Order: sequence, then C-alpha cells, then structure tokens
Amino acid sequence: MSEEYSVEIVNPEKSFLSKNDVTEVVVPAFEGEIGILKDHISIISFLKPGIIKIFSKSGEESFYVNDGIIEFKDNNLSILTSLILDLKDIDKEKISEIQKSAQEELNKSDINDQEKYLLDQKLEVLKSIN
Amino acid sequence: MASLDDLKKRISSVKSTQKITKAMKMVAAAKLRRAQESAEKGRPYSDKMNNIILNLSNGISDIDNAPKLLSGTGEDKVHLCVVMTSDRGLCGGFNTNIIKKAKLYFQKILDEGKTLKIITVGTKGYDQLKRLYGDNIIERISFKESKNVNYFDADKVGKIVIEKFDKKEFDVCAIFYNQFKNVITQIPQEQQIIPLKTSEKEENSSEDNYEFEPEEDEILSNLLPKNISTQIFKAMLENSASEQGSRMSAMDNATRNAGEMVDKLTIEYNRSRQAAITKELIEIISGAESL
Repeated sequence: MSEEYSVEIVNPEKSFLSKNDVTEVVVPAFEGEIGILKDHISIISFLKPGIIKIFSKSGEESFYVNDGIIEFKDNNLSILTSLILDLKDIDKEKISEIQKSAQEELNKSDINDQEKYLLDQKLEVLKSIN
Repeated sequence: MASLDDLKKRISSVKSTQKITKAMKMVAAAKLRRAQESAEKGRPYSDKMNNIILNLSNGISDIDNAPKLLSGTGEDKVHLCVVMTSDRGLCGGFNTNIIKKAKLYFQKILDEGKTLKIITVGTKGYDQLKRLYGDNIIERISFKESKNVNYFDADKVGKIVIEKFDKKEFDVCAIFYNQFKNVITQIPQEQQIIPLKTSEKEENSSEDNYEFEPEEDEILSNLLPKNISTQIFKAMLENSASEQGSRMSAMDNATRNAGEMVDKLTIEYNRSRQAAITKELIEIISGAESL
C-alpha cells in the first residue's frame, strides 16, 4: 500500500533480510537516529553501533548492528553491515564476547577520538540489551 | 620384464591411489557446492557496496580533496601485490595459474624500474614465490585454521593493506585471485583496489541528488577501507570456489588415469601369466617327448 516500502539488509555472507511491507525503519546513523518513512529523500549515511528497528504490518523487529552503511533510493532501503544480530533470539554469550573485545580495544592507547566514540557507543548499546 | 609379483603389487598400489583420488573428488564436489553458494550469497553485498561508492564518488565535487584511497597518492612508484592462493595442494593448475599471472605483472613492474612488494595469502603462493621473489615478500598470511571463508579473515587482510597504505609504504595495490566461472574454467584475475578504479560509471546515477549525512568525504573515508575488505572477501570467496572446482576436475582426471593404468597393468599381468603357463607346458611336453 501507499505507506509501505522495501528494505534489504545484507551482510558479507548473505542477504540477511528482505522485506517489502515496512512502514518505518529507525537506524542508528552516525550523527543520531534517523527514522525513514516512505518517499524519504535519497540518502546515504553510515551507522554507528546500535539498534535497527523495523516497523511493518506484521509487527516490530529489532536488530543489533556493529556498523554499516545505508542507502535509500526510490523507496528502496539497503543496509550493508558486517555484523548483525536479531534481538529476538539473541545469544547472551555472543554479546558478552563482543562486549569484551570492545572493552579491550578501548583500553588500547593508540585509538583516535572517533574510534573511542564508536566503542563507547557500542558498549552502551550492548549493556542495554544484555 | 617385471615379475608377476611385482605387477600384482603395482596394480594394488595404483588401485589404492585411485581410491584416494576418488574420495578427494567427492569431498571437493561437496565443498564446491557450499563454496559456490556462499560466493553467490556474497555477491549482493559487494555489488551494493560498489554502487554506493560509485554514487558517492560521483557526488564528490572537489577531486583534489578526495580521500587518497580513491584518488591514489599521485605517484606510481611502489606497487603492492596481494597474491591469493590456496593452503592445500592437489588442485591442478589452480595455484600455478594465479602465480603465472602475478609473475607477468611482477616482471612488468620490475622492468619499469618500480618497487615491488608482495603479500601472499595462502601457503602455496608463498612456496612458489619465495625462490624468485623472496626478498619482495613483506608479509605472508594463511588461514589454514579457518574452516570456511569468513569476513573477519578478509577484514584482517584489508586492515594490513590499509595500515601499510597509511604509512605510505606503497602507491598502488592489486590483488590476484581466480575467478570462478565453472568447474573446468577458472580465470586468474588481476584487480586494482588502490586507487579505486571507477571505470564503470553508470549514466543515470550521476543525476541523483543524494543527501549525505555526514559529509561525502567523511562517509567516503569511512567506506573505502571497508570496500577494500569487501573486495578482498569477494576475491577469497571466488578463490575458494575455484579451488574446489579445480581440485574436483584434477581429481576426476587422476581417477580416470589411474583406471586406465590399472587396465593396462592387468592386461600385462595376464599376458605374462599366460606366457609363464605356456612356458611350463612346453617344458613338460618336451620333457615327456624326450623319454
């Protein structure tokens, strides 16, 4: 229907999810969350670690992403990410594993501000889901 | 002529070799299916990534300020070659083909008086290159422990490449791998990843007005390193499918050759057995006649 558009999430291994009845997608863009509705202007942006929320007729779905790029064009939203986890069947151990490696990374001395910011974000988000 | 016993031994040894090659062929066939699947599944990601980068690079107004990964260092002195091969042998001409292609390129670079640096991914490539280009190899990577090709391995290679680029250790980077066409044909490929070649510009994409958040340059400088890893990952997927395909056909040939050899040896065995019997008979008959 007129309010709906399609979204595709791909990670390097495969096409993770493809839906064409979404009404809104909220993504954790680098400069803050963006909600994308139908007929949004064409946009390219990249993501920080956070939660993607997809609203569709069949309900709401949430995913954790590590990083990624989004492209919205002609009512097609593509999300490219290297790591994505479904919050529905989340693996607690996996989360703590990522958490730990992020913490280790953060403790290194040679990281720049941007990396530090991203890692802080990551830890915060992970804490909130765990 | 070999004795009967020797022939018998040879036949049984060829037969057991045949059993091995047959089993390897089966394993390769099963792995090939999986590798092919994951190569196909991996395609959308790298295609989309390419598309976005294309759109972005079209959107860049000031080419002088473009990230170095896109435009290059402006020089062409030091070439880095990432040669991707397999970790295991017995796969026909798979590794040799990549090495051949790479060596042609190396020769060209050296003839032009430029500096050559090599990173080998996979142990077989290192083995074949170390004699001629041992001094040029600056890094050797192997993923023998990883069972399947995964993105994090590719990312590791990508990070090494980018780190070296940031340290201005090279100007141009090319990767070598086998592209999977079908089981019999794998095409060795040479692909330049730094600076990025955006030759396939789409006509219509330049018309689009994208909104960028944050600025184009910033997105690009974040995206390009990822693209390097993605390209390497794609190459690794193609490579693993090619490796299995190549191994399958090589092992198929080996099995067939072994079969032919067994046939030939069996005929020889039967002939000499027959000859021995005839000889014995003649001896008995002539012995009886002389009585």
